[in-house]
Amino acid sequence: MGNKSRVIEKEEVVIRFSGDSGDGMQLTGTLFSDTAALDGNDLSTFPDYPAEIRAPQGSVGGVSGFQVHLGHSEIFTPGDLADVLVAMNPAAVKANAKSIRQGGTLIYDEDNFTDKNIKKAGYEADPLKEEKLEGVHIIAAPVSSMVKEALKDFGLDPKSVLRTKNMFALGMVYWLFDRKLDYTEKYFEKKFSKKPQIAEANKIALRAGYYYAETIEALTPVYRVSPARIAPGIYRNICGNAATAWGLMAAAEKAGLKLFVGSYPITPATGILEELALRKDLGVKSFQAEDEIAGICTALGASFAGYLAVTSTSGPGLALKTEAIGLAVMAELPIVIVNVQRGGPSTGLPTKTEQADLLQALYGRNGECPVVVLAASTPADCFDYAFEAARIAVEHMTPVILLTDSYLANGTEPWRIPEMKDLPDIMPPRPAQEETPFLPYKRDEKRLSRYWAIPGTPGLEHRIGGLEKTVKGTVSYIPDNHELMVRLRAEKVSRVEEKVPDLKVTGHESGELLVVGWGGSYGYIMAAVRELKEEGHNVGFVNFNYLNPLPKNVREIFSKYQKIVVCELNLGQMANYLRMKYQEFTYLQINKVQGLPFTLQEIKDQCIKILEGK
Amino acid sequence: MDEHRSSEYTPKDFKSDQEVRWCPGCGDHAVLNAVQRALSELGIPRENFAFISGIGCSSRFPYYMNTYGFHSIHGRASAIATGVKTANPRLSVWQITGDGDALAIGGNHFIHAIRRNIDINIILFNNEIYGLTKGQYSPTSERGLVTKTSPFGTVEEPFSVGELVIGAKGKFFARTVDANVTLSTRIYVEAAKHKGTSVIEVLQNCVIFNDGIHDVIADKEVRDERTIILKEGEPMIFGNNRDKGLALDGLKLRVVSLGNGITEKDLLVHDPREPNPGIQYMLANMRYPEYPMALGIIRAVSGQTYEIAVEEQISEMQKKSPVACMDDLLKSGSTWKVE
Repeated sequence: MGNKSRVIEKEEVVIRFSGDSGDGMQLTGTLFSDTAALDGNDLSTFPDYPAEIRAPQGSVGGVSGFQVHLGHSEIFTPGDLADVLVAMNPAAVKANAKSIRQGGTLIYDEDNFTDKNIKKAGYEADPLKEEKLEGVHIIAAPVSSMVKEALKDFGLDPKSVLRTKNMFALGMVYWLFDRKLDYTEKYFEKKFSKKPQIAEANKIALRAGYYYAETIEALTPVYRVSPARIAPGIYRNICGNAATAWGLMAAAEKAGLKLFVGSYPITPATGILEELALRKDLGVKSFQAEDEIAGICTALGASFAGYLAVTSTSGPGLALKTEAIGLAVMAELPIVIVNVQRGGPSTGLPTKTEQADLLQALYGRNGECPVVVLAASTPADCFDYAFEAARIAVEHMTPVILLTDSYLANGTEPWRIPEMKDLPDIMPPRPAQEETPFLPYKRDEKRLSRYWAIPGTPGLEHRIGGLEKTVKGTVSYIPDNHELMVRLRAEKVSRVEEKVPDLKVTGHESGELLVVGWGGSYGYIMAAVRELKEEGHNVGFVNFNYLNPLPKNVREIFSKYQKIVVCELNLGQMANYLRMKYQEFTYLQINKVQGLPFTLQEIKDQCIKILEGK
Repeated sequence: MDEHRSSEYTPKDFKSDQEVRWCPGCGDHAVLNAVQRALSELGIPRENFAFISGIGCSSRFPYYMNTYGFHSIHGRASAIATGVKTANPRLSVWQITGDGDALAIGGNHFIHAIRRNIDINIILFNNEIYGLTKGQYSPTSERGLVTKTSPFGTVEEPFSVGELVIGAKGKFFARTVDANVTLSTRIYVEAAKHKGTSVIEVLQNCVIFNDGIHDVIADKEVRDERTIILKEGEPMIFGNNRDKGLALDGLKLRVVSLGNGITEKDLLVHDPREPNPGIQYMLANMRYPEYPMALGIIRAVSGQTYEIAVEEQISEMQKKSPVACMDDLLKSGSTWKVE
């Protein structure tokens, strides 16, 4: 389609769609990402939106963005600076002008740059001049009037016509990146199968945008990003919340258990409950509780009754579940608590990302109350760590907290689909039937886990609860018994270490600087370290996914570097944890608390400063 | 003992080996006896019972039952019991709770369990005081009650358990007195058979911190005059000489004396199965001295239970959906192959 004489091959590009929160930018970005993924690009996405469903129209606070980074090579992050910024209004320029790359392209809807909207966004008269976008290639497109024109004889009301603006913009971007329209067209046919007029209107707007870009072709080169060189297999795009839900279901199947999820809706974790609620076909029992406490307590009840039990939440919800996690520790019942971290404290920044719940997960309970804590590091590996969290919970009879974050939860990336037969079996510790009376706190010698006797089983009737008990399940205030049980519970959790894989170093195995990350900042650090290494710096990188217990080889790795720097989206929680655990090392810090992920550049700059001894 | 078939249980089969540690004279002992008696009559295998409790004196109950049991945290027993029953609808799930546990810290879970009509049996020990923390007022303490935290009398209105249950769309509400083991046993059996949330309020005596709080209606000398035991299909009669009854006077209940032209035919006949809760609501709220306190099964209306609705939806979707296992799901939707 069309004459594309000026085609530029790019290794990778970053595109950011931005507009009012009602402009449909999330859908636009998702459709573009899916098309790129189907074309075989590796990619990473980052939706960035306000908490208000419809913030005041035209305001900077109401700007919703969706960034996608696609490449011919492996992609670790949604990218720092945009090669192409699509701005549906002046506020979107205001919010994003600083993230356009030198030499990048800005596409904007000039019809929306009215005096009123320009003032609303906080500009005097000319946003482009005021932002000093000299090095940026600018395409002013009359998006609103073009869709009005394209759909003038269509019989749609003006509001519905304007709702297709995002598809016009998407059409332009498809032309710019030499993509086909068929995936998006099929999406609309399916989505609006009962409203064919709406489906057709969106398709017309999409094509109008595509042809418009072609018509003004002389203005800009076309970028081509060839398919990525990635491992063979069947792929799909997946976001962190869906991957988490799927990992839990996979674990239930492997353990021969049914899955129960008890949760209360909370941003940004709700997607997990929604995904599991869909899966009645797989027998999942999803329970939307009256509050966060009931979420975990119903799950704990289901665990007592023999289910793989899960509760999903975000920071404030984890705070509310604290007492029940203590009960799970005391009752020694398996349960997975997923905490999709967001900006805190309190309500904080509900739609933004942060990694500031680490110490809450590790220590935020009364008494000596150890739990296993894991953290996922990419949207797709949320599947692996959710699976692993469930495996540990069941096999070791312990609560496990899985930390993800808003960035992972909403971000997507292509994921090579695993086959169930390749995943490890999970073996629930069943008591021997002939052992009566059943002793609820008798332990497996190796793991120190107690046995899981399920109500309905004759002869194994027993009582458990939050009061301290003897091995028999009798309530006991005997001082020595309490100390024994406290130590046993701690030792049980620390024995999970046996199967914790060693930390793996990326980059130099020893040398000047070790960059340490945990959980969701993996991608940015990875990309930064890769560039540092390519530029000849002597740098290594480790990322922690197991936070309690920690891997066995930490000390060995740390001792091979002159300097250690811990990068995290908080004020130094992991650094302090490591200071406590491995006191012989000195820890430098790179911290950020803006509700946003790191940028590659931020990490690189700070690492270089450290390397230069500044 | 384990060889017993379920139909041959005796109350003893439900006693655990734990020493019962409630205060001598506490009403809880009688409740325990009545529950063990009721369970032995139900014909349900012992392994299918689960007793779930929160925190408070009564919440020690599961330790004394030779069944599956879970003594949990303050206020959360309704939620935990809901999880147990939703996971396994074949279990007979009992929640043991008190006025503080169910109506103060656990109020939210209590009303939502009732609203969902999950098939659990909630025995609410109401002694109108916090006993385990040694004597503070509770959400059912009468206005003006002097306690350690209300040294000059409470200035709060109490909840009426039945009113709250009906307000939360409850379908089964009964009231009994701890010492009346015969009545209690009958109610527990009926509660177990009822499909849906059953709430049984037990007027229970705390011998240490609120001794005699229910004596004004429950004492042997006065109980026939000051309480009425409601029975399905029977006219509402009470009194030492069974010479008093309840009749409708406009939109209100009225105590009438039989004789002088008033006969049984003028009295209300108890219908706990009437879905409209109007009369049952008034019966649940009757208080001495204006009225006798109502005992027995006040409301018992059938309806869809939560856990069965969940299972029905699952089996319906399993028939319709092409996804039968995780491999199916993993491969569903938009995928692409990389060679």
